Amino acid sequence: MNTEPPRRVRVTSPRTGRPRATSVASEIDAQTAVGEIYMRSLMRVQLRLALTVALVLALTLGMLPVLFELSPPVRRATLFGVPLPWLLLGFVVYPFLFALAWFYVRRAERNEAAFNDLVGPR
Amino acid sequence: MNDAFAIVAILTVSLVTLAVGAFGLRISRTTSDFYVASRAISPALNASAISGEYLSAASFLGVAGLVLARGADMLWYPVGWTAGYLILLVFVAAPLRRSRAYTLPDFAEFRVESVPARKVASALVVLIGVLYLVPQFQGAGLTLRTLTGAPSWLGAVVVALVVLVNVVSGGMRSITIVQAFQYWLKLVALTFPLAFLLVHWRRDGRTTPGLHATDWIEPMQGHYAMYLTYSLILATFLGTMGLPHVVVRFYTNRDGRAARRTTVAVLGMLSVFYLLPPLYGVLGRVYTSDLIASGKTDSVVLELPGRLLGGSAGELLTALLGAGAFAAFLSTSSGLVVSVGGVIGQDLLGRWFDGVTAFRIAGAVGALVTLGLTLLSSGLAVAHAVELAFAVAASTFCPLLLLGIWWRGLTARGAIAGLVVGGGLSASAVLATMLGASPAGWFGAVLAQPALCTVPIAFATMIGGSLLTKGRLPAHLGQTMVRLHTPEDVELDRGNYHPEGAVGG
Repeated sequence: MNTEPPRRVRVTSPRTGRPRATSVASEIDAQTAVGEIYMRSLMRVQLRLALTVALVLALTLGMLPVLFELSPPVRRATLFGVPLPWLLLGFVVYPFLFALAWFYVRRAERNEAAFNDLVGPR
Repeated sequence: MNDAFAIVAILTVSLVTLAVGAFGLRISRTTSDFYVASRAISPALNASAISGEYLSAASFLGVAGLVLARGADMLWYPVGWTAGYLILLVFVAAPLRRSRAYTLPDFAEFRVESVPARKVASALVVLIGVLYLVPQFQGAGLTLRTLTGAPSWLGAVVVALVVLVNVVSGGMRSITIVQAFQYWLKLVALTFPLAFLLVHWRRDGRTTPGLHATDWIEPMQGHYAMYLTYSLILATFLGTMGLPHVVVRFYTNRDGRAARRTTVAVLGMLSVFYLLPPLYGVLGRVYTSDLIASGKTDSVVLELPGRLLGGSAGELLTALLGAGAFAAFLSTSSGLVVSVGGVIGQDLLGRWFDGVTAFRIAGAVGALVTLGLTLLSSGLAVAHAVELAFAVAASTFCPLLLLGIWWRGLTARGAIAGLVVGGGLSASAVLATMLGASPAGWFGAVLAQPALCTVPIAFATMIGGSLLTKGRLPAHLGQTMVRLHTPEDVELDRGNYHPEGAVGG
């Protein structure tokens, strides 16, 4: 019987350096169908949020020219002694834009936190 | 008019700009310091710097001039320049930072994986940069002429020289500090005199028929008002994201989250600033309506203190406004020359010179060429000229960024086709307008405000071209999308695209 120890064999895997195949992160890295679903859902939720803000902007600020054009009373109205169009375009619009921006950042960060919880640091 | 105060003020701003730049020189050594200050910049400082860089001659002088001349409809200019940051925030800010591109050509190359797309983007950056620079130099000439009676070319030369010395010696690090300082200088320089002027108006109680004219005080006046207003809205809302000097600033944020927060801070800072210029326009309507007839409405901000207050109080406030105006020209011009110089240096001269030398040569050439163009071009209202640069940005980089970030289907050929068609059409209209063409009828309106026509065409071309070349999607699209959209703290494979010259993640 041969007393020599058996020759050492290095056991390797083709997935060297990759984490466990079950983690979401590795699904995304490998661009599997499951990984794609996670990526697409992140993109979809962020895009929907962005489009919501853009739509709100279009339906409020974006409608002002039409409103002014169609309604002479609005065009000529005054509030606190200031013509309404000047008050809206010169002042009110700015806090409104800032509020929309603030809303967006909070929601976008919440979406990302949800994604982080799912995919997680590994 | 005794112009000693004004000359001292302008000299002081120029020298302080150079001094702060020289201070920055000691800490900027490598190429990446020059381009983006190695991204060691806090969000608060960064937001001041973006606002300082963004508030140009158009905002400081031009808006008041337009409001004086044409009234309510002109309020859309500052509104659009602010709302542009909201659109930038929701669609572009975080993904752009996460792409790790620090110029628009970098983004083009990274997203569609094509060197030709990069070259087209570089050419457009130079085009937009120059279109934006010309009115800055023009505004400087006008300011120096108004304050001291010096010939118009002198102010343009002064600004060009200061920017040149600063950019060539200091680079971006110094410019970040300078820009941040200049936001606050501009805000103070506009607020302080306004307080005096408003108090004076209140005591005086003066009113003029011009103040109550229907075609001034009511919006939607004049021919094609609907088209012109919506075209202006589209250009400003969508153009902001495509300005070369704005995009470079996003790279200096720590990560995508910081980029968003910086953008919100910028929106707040701009909102405060833009409350002021329309008030100058209204005051101008009361006290300096002769400027409309003489075609010098762009100088209304500078004229008001002398006309209302007179004496040394008037001179001091005029000097302060002159200093603020010069801060505006210097900061915007520096930012533009840095970004245009960066692009030319990287894409055109990079083969022959090392990074720092190429950047310096390109910055110098960029500033000098623009100076030449300014001396040749004839006067459009400053704010309108700047807005035309927005129209070109909205017709080129806006579709590239929006489709590139949110639509997987964008291909290199589609992107190039869209950039060329959108850029070609909008730039032709803008150049024709700048050279003085103003045909009657609809065609004239389209030339004066091309965005409402050219933006949809650019989008359609980019989408159509991509659909026709559907089989040629970029090879690393999956990783690209991961990089653009996932938060940085999740460890994922984001591909290995690395813009040339960038150091660190």
